[in-house]
Amino acid sequence: MPTLFHKVWNAHAVRTLPSGQTQLFVGLHLIHEVTSPQAFDMLHQHGWTVAFPERTFATVDHIVPTSSQRRPFLDVMAEEMTSALERNCARHGIRLFAPGDDLSGEQGIVHVIGPEMGLTQPGMTIACGDSHTSTHGALGAIAFGIGTSQVRDVLASQSLAMDPLKVRRIDINGSLRPGVYAKDVILTIIRRLGVNGGVGYAYEYGGSTVDDMSIDERMTICNMSIEGGARVGYVNPDDSTFAFLKGRKYAPTGEAWDRAVAWWRSLASDHDAIYDDRVVIDAATIEPTVTWGINPSQSVGVSEPIATRDDEALAYMGFADGQKVAGTKIDVAFIGSCTNGRLSDLEEVAKFVKGRQVAPHVKALVVPGSQDVRRRAEAKGLDRIFAAAGFEWRGAGCSMCLAMNPDRLEGNQICASSSNRNFKGRQGSPTGRTLLMSPVMVAAAAIAGEVADVRELLEPAHA
Amino acid sequence: MTIALVSGRALPLRGNELDTDRIMPARFLKAVTFEGLEQHVFEDDRKTNPSHPFSNPAYRGAAILVANENFGCGSSREHAPQGLQRWGIKAIVGESFSEIFRGNSSVLGVPCFTADKASIEQLQTLIEQKPDTVVTADVATGTITAGDLTIQGTLPAGVRDAFLTDKWNPTSMLLADFDRVRATAAKLPYVAGF
Repeated sequence: MPTLFHKVWNAHAVRTLPSGQTQLFVGLHLIHEVTSPQAFDMLHQHGWTVAFPERTFATVDHIVPTSSQRRPFLDVMAEEMTSALERNCARHGIRLFAPGDDLSGEQGIVHVIGPEMGLTQPGMTIACGDSHTSTHGALGAIAFGIGTSQVRDVLASQSLAMDPLKVRRIDINGSLRPGVYAKDVILTIIRRLGVNGGVGYAYEYGGSTVDDMSIDERMTICNMSIEGGARVGYVNPDDSTFAFLKGRKYAPTGEAWDRAVAWWRSLASDHDAIYDDRVVIDAATIEPTVTWGINPSQSVGVSEPIATRDDEALAYMGFADGQKVAGTKIDVAFIGSCTNGRLSDLEEVAKFVKGRQVAPHVKALVVPGSQDVRRRAEAKGLDRIFAAAGFEWRGAGCSMCLAMNPDRLEGNQICASSSNRNFKGRQGSPTGRTLLMSPVMVAAAAIAGEVADVRELLEPAHA
Repeated sequence: MTIALVSGRALPLRGNELDTDRIMPARFLKAVTFEGLEQHVFEDDRKTNPSHPFSNPAYRGAAILVANENFGCGSSREHAPQGLQRWGIKAIVGESFSEIFRGNSSVLGVPCFTADKASIEQLQTLIEQKPDTVVTADVATGTITAGDLTIQGTLPAGVRDAFLTDKWNPTSMLLADFDRVRATAAKLPYVAGF
């Protein structure tokens, strides 16, 4: 009867705290340069040490430049934050996947490298000082973002004081139509359930559409759970999950692998699991989706007119009620981020852009999610396809998703972006404007110079 | 320190989905401390809107922020509640909060009370009309009083009790019975490599 959420929660519950909250053991702790330095300072002020250093892994992603990772970074603060992380990891014996210009590195966006290295596994509790930690739920983990004081708590005690969540099952059934991707599925879920529909819930995604998805696609969906208000999103582990993990650096091997698979299988929600809420979505009703507003639920199908009374959002974005987003001239195209910066995303985009050209007025960037993604993409020649089409091919990092590095919008530029947030000012300019969409739709916009319906541009073979 | 009562003047901040990028734009996260963040609270919003409540001298020194729906959604950056707290905010009353923001605030000793839309509207209007009104939020009962107006707020029970019993900063509690943390870890198949 229990769901995966309840099984994993119960396995990790240490005790009930005097406050009534649960002390929850954290199986994997991921840290990065932005939300950890103050946590280490607090730890040191109290004279605490790191309880389980072998269960914490670090990387540098938010502030890393994507033009060159040569040290020292030109940005003095970026260098100081990276040095602080290096010192803290060295002092406490924490493994750091450090930046560097040699492509033998393992650095990358924290939510890309965890699954990539097999650190992320089904049945774990995973915490990271980053709201997109929900991404790791795609492998059947219970993964959630935390603040810096909680990073301190996990460092000190490998545990957190938490309240349990309710579970909402979201079934997506049927085949996605051509030109419709995992990104469109999650944008549609957020549009229908709202940006705070998931507050108090973990989202369990399932149904035939999700069953048929690759782990990369499931990661795109789980990644944006938080944009729907759900701190946790997950998919039950299945054969695709196990096939994805097998052979990865930190995955178990030999007989341990067999024991692991048996345990992982036992954690999936029972067939008669009881959910606090259920939602069913027909995949055939999902269109290529674009946001027009200043929160991720403000989206429409690309061929559909905007219908809203949110004058603040319309004024900021320069749209009118009843207008279509298709045809909106763009200035920048950004392909990357923890939502859509994995190899399969880049392969899908490369297929589409081969033989086409970015419009002359558009600055177009492709930023791989990790050094490993970059290396594998280059081995397949994707970098040359992107360069030939007029895209800049960059180094690994968060880049223009939140613009803490030199990649940012200027003035009120409009960016077609494969990232996850269209908040005011999100991409580095206080008046910058973001249109969220799938990576292939971003590529279509880059080539057309304006938001375009990718279905009209797909080769007959794809359509 | 137990937190039973928060009292002071208040600041009404209207608008739904005020995300943590708005509260604290990402460029101010380029630092290894939280010091000085109070100077950058809602910086971009304040630049584009000179009459923003955080720029209004009538609300300077306010201790209670009154917000609307889904306040603090988006990024998990603790820099957002850190900035608000360093600015002087000691409690927030809103229609709803993002979970991560609410948790981050609680760990800093800033209770986030929820109340219904109509009550929030009354409270915001009252403060706009009389910015000198002293607002008092009672952690035990959830009651929020402002002059003649009393509205009912709610805190999650665990968090409420944590404030009342000085357990809101959980680290020492989490370390108090560390053998049980080890015992839980020992039972998890993956910790020992299956």
